[in-house]
Amino acid sequence: MIGGLLTASPHVNLLFPVPWSLIPAVCYASIRSLIPADATMSTNATTRIVGAPVPRKEGVDKLTGRACYVDDMDCEGMWHGITVRSAIPRGLIRSITFDRRIDWSEFTVVTPADIPGENCIQLIVADQPCLADGKVNHCEEPIVLLAHPDKHKLREAAAAVQIEYDPLPQVFTIEESERQDVIVRGADNLLKSFLLEKGDVDSAWTGAAHIIEGEYRTGAQEHLYIENQGMIAEYSAENGVTVWGSLQCPYYVFKSLRAVFDLPEDKVRVIQTETGGAFGGKEDYPSNLACHAALLAMKSGHPVKMVYDRIEDLAATTKRHPARVRHRTALDREGKLLAMEIHLDTDGGAYATLSSTVLSRATLHSTGPYLCPNIRVHARSWATNHVPYGAFRGFGAPQAIFAMERHMDEIAAALAIDPVELRRKNFLHQGDTNATEQVMREPMILDKLLDRALNESGYYAKRAQFARENPGSAIKRGMGIAAFYHGSGFTGSGEAYLNSLAGIDTTPDGKVRVLVSNTEFGQGTNTVLTQIAAEVLGVDYVDVTMAPPDTGIVPNSGPTVASRTSMVVGRLIERASLQLLDLLREHAGLGATFTREEFFAACERYRAAKGTVESLCRYEAPPGIEWNDQTYHGEAYGAYAWAIYVAQVAVDTITYSAEVEDFWAVQEAGRLINPVLAAGQIEGGIAQAVGFALYEKVVLEDGRMANNQMTNYIMPTAEDVPPIHVVCEEIPFRYGGFGAKGIGELPHDGPAPAILNAIRDATGVAFNAIPLLPEDLYAGLAAAQPVEEPAAR
Amino acid sequence: MSKNRSATLSERWPPIHFAVNGASRTVNVPPMKRLLDVLREDLHLTGTKEGCGEGECGSCSVRMNGELVNSCLVPVLQAEGAEIQTVEGLALDGKLHPLQEAFLEHGGAQCGICTPGMLMAAAQLLDHSPHPSGPEIREALAGNLCRCTGFVRIFESVVAAADANPATNTRKEPVRHAR
Repeated sequence: MIGGLLTASPHVNLLFPVPWSLIPAVCYASIRSLIPADATMSTNATTRIVGAPVPRKEGVDKLTGRACYVDDMDCEGMWHGITVRSAIPRGLIRSITFDRRIDWSEFTVVTPADIPGENCIQLIVADQPCLADGKVNHCEEPIVLLAHPDKHKLREAAAAVQIEYDPLPQVFTIEESERQDVIVRGADNLLKSFLLEKGDVDSAWTGAAHIIEGEYRTGAQEHLYIENQGMIAEYSAENGVTVWGSLQCPYYVFKSLRAVFDLPEDKVRVIQTETGGAFGGKEDYPSNLACHAALLAMKSGHPVKMVYDRIEDLAATTKRHPARVRHRTALDREGKLLAMEIHLDTDGGAYATLSSTVLSRATLHSTGPYLCPNIRVHARSWATNHVPYGAFRGFGAPQAIFAMERHMDEIAAALAIDPVELRRKNFLHQGDTNATEQVMREPMILDKLLDRALNESGYYAKRAQFARENPGSAIKRGMGIAAFYHGSGFTGSGEAYLNSLAGIDTTPDGKVRVLVSNTEFGQGTNTVLTQIAAEVLGVDYVDVTMAPPDTGIVPNSGPTVASRTSMVVGRLIERASLQLLDLLREHAGLGATFTREEFFAACERYRAAKGTVESLCRYEAPPGIEWNDQTYHGEAYGAYAWAIYVAQVAVDTITYSAEVEDFWAVQEAGRLINPVLAAGQIEGGIAQAVGFALYEKVVLEDGRMANNQMTNYIMPTAEDVPPIHVVCEEIPFRYGGFGAKGIGELPHDGPAPAILNAIRDATGVAFNAIPLLPEDLYAGLAAAQPVEEPAAR
Repeated sequence: MSKNRSATLSERWPPIHFAVNGASRTVNVPPMKRLLDVLREDLHLTGTKEGCGEGECGSCSVRMNGELVNSCLVPVLQAEGAEIQTVEGLALDGKLHPLQEAFLEHGGAQCGICTPGMLMAAAQLLDHSPHPSGPEIREALAGNLCRCTGFVRIFESVVAAADANPATNTRKEPVRHAR
């Protein structure tokens, strides 16, 4: 065992605690109703710990190198695994032969025949094989798994597994897939479609003063978490499957393992190790990797570690969906929106994964923060023979918002209106209805956010200055703006469907533990949830810890996605904490006011009487949430975070490079539980979106990522990220944890259109596709302006 | 791999001596084994991380004889006689290094996987430039990729640590390892 590794090792975890599912529901059913969902103790309360910049809960471990990531774990007898993958994008597997130069008796070899249950990863649609059986639908699809005690022997062995194929016709683009000349999936290549309609779009065109059309494209984007995907699995007939790994959603992995191994709930256990970044990339893929490692563990009789290197991680795991969005917009003479018709299409890749829900969020974010009486959004996700695309921060919204906000600037140019005023003229306000005819019941301050952004950035003064300076300079500067929102939590009835359960308990040694399956991967789950519990319970921040992210210990409080942790799960922790105080007052003599010491003394009296000190709450939808999944009407999200972002960009007309020189991010995302962590989320999201806009290109050749190395997939470095000015207005959301709304994804939505709008302002040329690399700038600028001598810099 | 088998194999390799965080170490490993793997697998110093294996991300940064190196690009034979500092050597006697304190306070670490390498790069910078300018900080950290923070809070952390005027181990020239 590697030093310092105690609690997380396979060896010390052989004793299973009672699985959550075996605890009778009545334990918490009786106390569940004590605190109603709309109890508002706190959204406007003065607080001690909520709102304070307390240090990251696991910060010291991360700063001293003690934090234990999956590749830092080791144990006696552990073997290593590798995946043999398809070399072609689509075809039938004719034969698999094992070269005799390898002594295969040393290896464990797993094929689909070794799968005890269903050969299928469990997600929204169960269509993706755990291991390809007879047919492959994308490059790098897993076919055979190998394990050996010596990891250095794996690569040669994997190369000695020879697979012959009968290739089938392939589809690589949205255009090829929608043409349906080649059908690669189902009857029509369609993974999912949505039709959202409001008003009467068809009759709106005739009376319009202006009709503006545009087409906008966004590319695939790699998460580039710095820790590659990794998993360790262990199997025994007695205990079933246990996995430790880098992942976001323990209960997603749990679900797939149960199906693939055909095991009951108490024979599957998933434990998250410290996770080195995720951004959605560890939402779905870890289910595949966990099943692979566990199959090797079962067959070899050893714990098996599988940790991808960067090359494999980039080639084989999910990316952001490429998108094509077409807008047709009708406006009146003053520039008020009359109708929007939007065709939004994504490349979903070879299997369904999360494409339907990504498309849903894209649909619901495609019309921007604007009031428009007539709307039609026709959204479709198409199957191709690419590696399946998956979740990535923003989840379809960045693609849709890029199109909407780029389009607004093209409308402004066509109508010769200030792009700021065009937006202001059309903003949604409290009481208006959005595209799904959801009434905007919460306070909205888009105008205020806009004013703040204009003031902070000196927007108009800078535009005037650049208009004077640009003609004499080879460096063209410009200002760009984007207005947008991000819906927090699962879409529509999603949160009710998740039915999350979360809570707290206390231990005899005087600690409060937060019981959630929501995981920490840098975004601050541990800190924010322990802050909330400490605040309500009247104890210190250091008195509250996180229970291990282990499905054998914590309840299913839903996945760690969709900017839901602070708002939805934070609210559950707030309610569970209030509920515990009520229990202690009723049964253990806790006073109306109390000290930290009196709290823990009451806990021990309660424990002596009742056995355990625990309080759990189940999600209850706020009142009035109605959503129709068929018509796409109603309350699409419980809450929205709103933002205005401004970019200052310099385009060098000699080198054709574009640089973001300065950036302002003004938003209202509810109450900030921890201002340092919140700002860190916003800054990090903006940096990632600068990459989305200007640097990060997934080069796909015949279905394979050609630049699957950090050497040639370029993310922004310390020298590329602009100064970022973060301003947050706080309007507490009454159904969020201490008033929180979602903040994690919002900052990835706005930068790309703001930057491209700034480039348009700088150069006068409309660029409608990202990533916008120097060669693209060259092509656009050279086409717009025949060669001229650049002026002196 | 069984212990017996490792012992047999390791006897084939000549010993390589160096010091890590002030302690003398001797390893019997293939001379072309990456310093990163020797630190992690043979010396159980797993604070040093691998992100890319090709010297791009800087997660495996350690200091060797006063230079910042990507330990994934250093064959261990090049470490013969060297003085190496890893993240485990930053905190002394249970007290956090000023950079660690600053990263904790200013949100310089999020997921933590780039953090050890980032700390080594920052320590290297402050050794050579105790009060670095903004552009100096950006340049010094440009070889260390962070996907979470957007670097803003890392810059702030470095400035705060510089303002705290660190007078601890990073200020001293590393002591040569006596063989």
